[in-house]
Amino acid sequence: MNGVHDMGGMQGFGPIEIDQGYAPFHSDWERRVHGVLCIFAINGYFNFDDSRYAIERMGNAEYLTTPYYEHWLAGLEIVAIEKGVLTKEEIEARKEELREKGEPLYG
Amino acid sequence: MSHDHEHSGPPDERALRIKAIESLLIEKGIIDEAAVDELVDIFEHRIGPKNGAKVVARAWVDPDYKARLLENGTAAIAELGFSGVQGEEMTVIENTATVHNMVVCTLCSCYPWPTLGLPPSWYKSAPYRSRVVIEPREVLSEFGYDIPDDKEVRVWDSNAELRYLVLPQRPTGTEGWSEEQLAEIVTRDAMIGTNVVPSPDQTHGASL
Repeated sequence: MNGVHDMGGMQGFGPIEIDQGYAPFHSDWERRVHGVLCIFAINGYFNFDDSRYAIERMGNAEYLTTPYYEHWLAGLEIVAIEKGVLTKEEIEARKEELREKGEPLYG
Repeated sequence: MSHDHEHSGPPDERALRIKAIESLLIEKGIIDEAAVDELVDIFEHRIGPKNGAKVVARAWVDPDYKARLLENGTAAIAELGFSGVQGEEMTVIENTATVHNMVVCTLCSCYPWPTLGLPPSWYKSAPYRSRVVIEPREVLSEFGYDIPDDKEVRVWDSNAELRYLVLPQRPTGTEGWSEEQLAEIVTRDAMIGTNVVPSPDQTHGASL
């Protein structure tokens, strides 16, 4: 699908911020997004083409203004819903429960 | 044990969202929490560019291995025990005195996980993905490699089916080194092609 994710040759994004060393994750929520999406896929519910295509539909403005693992998170949610595994309503309800509990989520 | 984020206001929206999805998937028996923990640990601690460095070092000391690696990257890399998700179809491209190769995924973040682990943030960023295909020499310069004008640059765009590993040139000053010594100096950036493996003479400022 043609979209803003197809970035080859675009101009105006500025210099490359080069990070050294091997540090694939920068917070616990990034670790969990990576792990959950991979295991969900490995267990046969979808493949990486499905999740990438879902990311391509998260919306151009959001895509450009969010970091990488938010793309994965958006793709994960879209795939879970489209595969009939979760509903948007139960995800939102669970978020509210967790918010009200006020307990640390990770760490 | 206390944690900083207990005292830092409402929880991060992204943390709430993934925790909600994860907990629901666990309750429905779709994923196993321990499997998620294990996978994260593998990617964070057990794979990474050191795997690719072993492949490169072997190719530098063993001409037969190098020939197999360039002929069928996937099979030759598997000889060293590296295979699996996001490395199912590997092509190894050789840097020479006249050609320098670089790898990108303009569409997203395709990367050879078994040999390099997960990509650095810059590889997934808009500036790298957009620019490397139109001004690779400037990009190389930002990474610290001023490529000679008469050296050709080839940029390879990865995709979901096919992943690339650059075989860097073996630097001068490493004659007689063991495979293990050589693996120590091979860098991630050299295997993506955004830099070269520097000569140890240069590294130590002792060039003649």
